[in-house]
Amino acid sequence: MNDVAVAAPPTAASYKSGYKPIWCPGCGDYSVLSSVTKALAMIAVPPSMVAVVSGIGCSSRIPAYTSCYGFHGVHGRSLPAATGLKVARPELTVLVASGDGDGYSIGGNHFLHACRRNVDLTYIVMDNHVYGMTKGQPSPTTEPDWDSKLSPGGTGVRSFHPLVIALASGANFVARAFSGDPNGTAEMIAQGIRHPGFSFIEILSPCVTFRPEQREWKRQMHAAPVAPTDDPARAARRIMTDDGFNIGVLYVGKRTPYPAVTGKVKCAPEALEAEFAL
Amino acid sequence: MSIALAGSGGSGVMTAGTLLLDAAARAGLYGIMVRTSGPQIRGGEAAALVRLAHVPTTSLDDRFDLLLAIDWQNIHRFADEIPLSAASVLIGDPDEGTAPEVFTAAGARYAMLPLKKMAKAIPGSWTNMVALGVAGALAGIEREALAAALRASWKRADDKLTANLAALDAGIAAAADIGASCALPPAPTPGTGRWLLSGNEAAGYGALRGGVRFVAAYPITPATELLEWMAPALAKVGGTLLQAEDELASINMIIGASYGGVPSLTATSGPGLALMTESIGLAVAAEVPIVVVDVMRGGPSTGIPAKSEQSDLSFAVSGLHGDAPRLVLAPTSIADCLTTTQWAVHLAEALQAPAIVLSDQFMGQSRAVIDRPPDVDFAGARLTAAANAPDYKRYRDTPSGVSPMAIPGTPGVVYTADGLEHSEAGIPSSQSRDHRLQLDKRERKLLLHDYGDRWADVEGDAAADAVVITFGSTTSAVREALARAACGGVHAKLIALRLLAPAQPERLAPLLAGVDRVLVVEQNHGAQLYRYLRSVYDLPGKVSSFHRPGPLPLRPGEIAEAVFAWRKA
Ligand SMILES: Cc1ncc(C[n+]2csc(CCOP(=O)(O)OP(=O)(O)O)c2C)c(N)n1
Ligand code: SF4
Repeated sequence: MNDVAVAAPPTAASYKSGYKPIWCPGCGDYSVLSSVTKALAMIAVPPSMVAVVSGIGCSSRIPAYTSCYGFHGVHGRSLPAATGLKVARPELTVLVASGDGDGYSIGGNHFLHACRRNVDLTYIVMDNHVYGMTKGQPSPTTEPDWDSKLSPGGTGVRSFHPLVIALASGANFVARAFSGDPNGTAEMIAQGIRHPGFSFIEILSPCVTFRPEQREWKRQMHAAPVAPTDDPARAARRIMTDDGFNIGVLYVGKRTPYPAVTGKVKCAPEALEAEFAL
Repeated sequence: MSIALAGSGGSGVMTAGTLLLDAAARAGLYGIMVRTSGPQIRGGEAAALVRLAHVPTTSLDDRFDLLLAIDWQNIHRFADEIPLSAASVLIGDPDEGTAPEVFTAAGARYAMLPLKKMAKAIPGSWTNMVALGVAGALAGIEREALAAALRASWKRADDKLTANLAALDAGIAAAADIGASCALPPAPTPGTGRWLLSGNEAAGYGALRGGVRFVAAYPITPATELLEWMAPALAKVGGTLLQAEDELASINMIIGASYGGVPSLTATSGPGLALMTESIGLAVAAEVPIVVVDVMRGGPSTGIPAKSEQSDLSFAVSGLHGDAPRLVLAPTSIADCLTTTQWAVHLAEALQAPAIVLSDQFMGQSRAVIDRPPDVDFAGARLTAAANAPDYKRYRDTPSGVSPMAIPGTPGVVYTADGLEHSEAGIPSSQSRDHRLQLDKRERKLLLHDYGDRWADVEGDAAADAVVITFGSTTSAVREALARAACGGVHAKLIALRLLAPAQPERLAPLLAGVDRVLVVEQNHGAQLYRYLRSVYDLPGKVSSFHRPGPLPLRPGEIAEAVFAWRKA
């Protein structure tokens, strides 16, 4: 894969790898891939300056489908890997991709601390309220009465609210997107990349295989009726009381991002041995 | 000459021990100071175990010549750690009660000194400085060296310094009345070019010299000081340290940073290493260089956090899922923590693989006077891909097994690093051909590398028909035991393994020619090194094991006894 010629303005196609995704026909993640490539074309950053970092799950397959650098790590650890990469190599644009199992369950602790730390990352979670890759178990965002082989009759455990948790933990940009609206989602991802600090975009992305009823989502989604706020308390109230299908940028904060490595060399390592010398 | 300074928390014995070691170094001596304390975070009993000698020494002796206690509160808990003999001297403050039976039982001479009253008589002075004077004088260290160490450490008002110098002199004068005969003769030459540092500091410095510029870690005893030393040091050399939310994060952070081209390291202890294992496998599969320093402590589980044990060996050499070739190294001394960590960084980078460095609490937290380790520069670094390299495949099956790694930011060679099995191009694959090819590649790059002579320290009579094999901090006690055995007419050579994995059968075989017995010495309950060696090497003749768990250090005397018994058997 070669980078696009510098002269021509990049198009979404410039950011596609040509590898055929393993996703089921109709999976929401195809549209998310297309939104990611559109967003990168809007930013017009060369693919070799972008790294897409993910964990494990259907959704986490996304890096290799882009023409950017990719890192497909282990289940739940995309945020730490991306954090190390971005702090060590601040000049790269780092996009992190997870599913609701990867990001909220096994990787839940990293989610809290990534929001708190506020490294300049853009985190997209393709939330389908199910573990797709392992064939249909409940995730932290699954409804308590959703019946499955592993939890017959439902888990009986309430689902959690990633957007509010992100806000409470200090994320600097919080948005809800829907894969059925690829242009709107692309716009939000581009905004998230441009916004300094940790940007979190929850993308509702149907699993047509294990949650076929999610095909109905496209009828339920609607644009958020209000402009984004920079007041976390107001944003939290809105998110807690909306119907869960409110699409848009919901919060834009002003926190200073976590400092990246400066690379400023004050001395060579050999100078440090003076403190050991007798 | 071995001295234990003991007292309850806040009595200042660690400060006195540190100054004693510093003064001894100024007087041209070598030495080590091991810290030991009760389980309390603050205020528990503490002891500074100091051993001084004319030659480099980093083990503790069988007995202490002197135990000086500022008070006796809970000091009996150190009975096993501070063995005395009839030749020892025991000094206590009569106003703090009498020495516990566990110390007097050995028949040591018991002298009383009103340390606290002596300090009180000099307004503004501290009891531990009186103790420093007593211990220093009994060790044969001249007053000037003791005073210079005290002055150099002084960070408060000058009038207090004068008072504490007077306390030091009072201690020196009192020592004369005790008249013990254990003093070391003065060092023949003033030591030049020597260093005073801990194994944790040495490992941190070695990491920087090796090129590490990113560290992520989660605090854990006894690795924290390594990280605390590195945090400001990294800032000076243009790097950074990030405190992670847990070890699952820290290991993935360093993998991410290293994937970005920056040599990276984390330090932890057994519990943290356990949490990291899945991701160390990711570094194997995705071929990302990383270094993990495991400062071992007593296990399993939370175990004995502040005490040493060599019991993570089995886990380090085999504790990953799947077939996961990795590098495992162990420094053989405090000084070697520097060189071995630096070498580990070099090997990880050159071989694009994870390297685990097995240090331990004993080496990590003890301070020693050492000769400045020789500078080493390891040739060769990470093999990277050039921009727009034609037909680039990240995981290409090369003859050496090492394939150029594209660093994000380099145009024309983008790829996805993957923990899923993959094709040469890096695309996930469950084909048997790809799996076999990549397994072979990852194994081959470690096996074909020329590790040179550094893989082990080999010492002693080359013609001896017996060999003692050990690793890590136990090496120095074994060396001393073999020297004693040689005085008793029993000869064996010593092999201290620095490179534990991959095994080096071609290098070991010539050393074992003509050998008909082997003794494996280590500090753990399960004879882990013995079992590992038997599984990866052909050991000749009769192979025996001497192993014992922590927390007490292996002492030269017990190893020497084992050597005599082994040779007789
Ligand atoms: C340590 C570990 N535990 C379990 C798994 C099995 N596993 C793979 S993907 C997955 C869940 C993925 O769900 P989600 O993140 O929601 O992604 P989706 O497949 O729905 O996109 C699980 C449990 C694993 N790979 N690693
Ligand atoms: S199982 Fe669900 S999430 Fe996975 S690819 Fe199929 S539709 Fe998408």
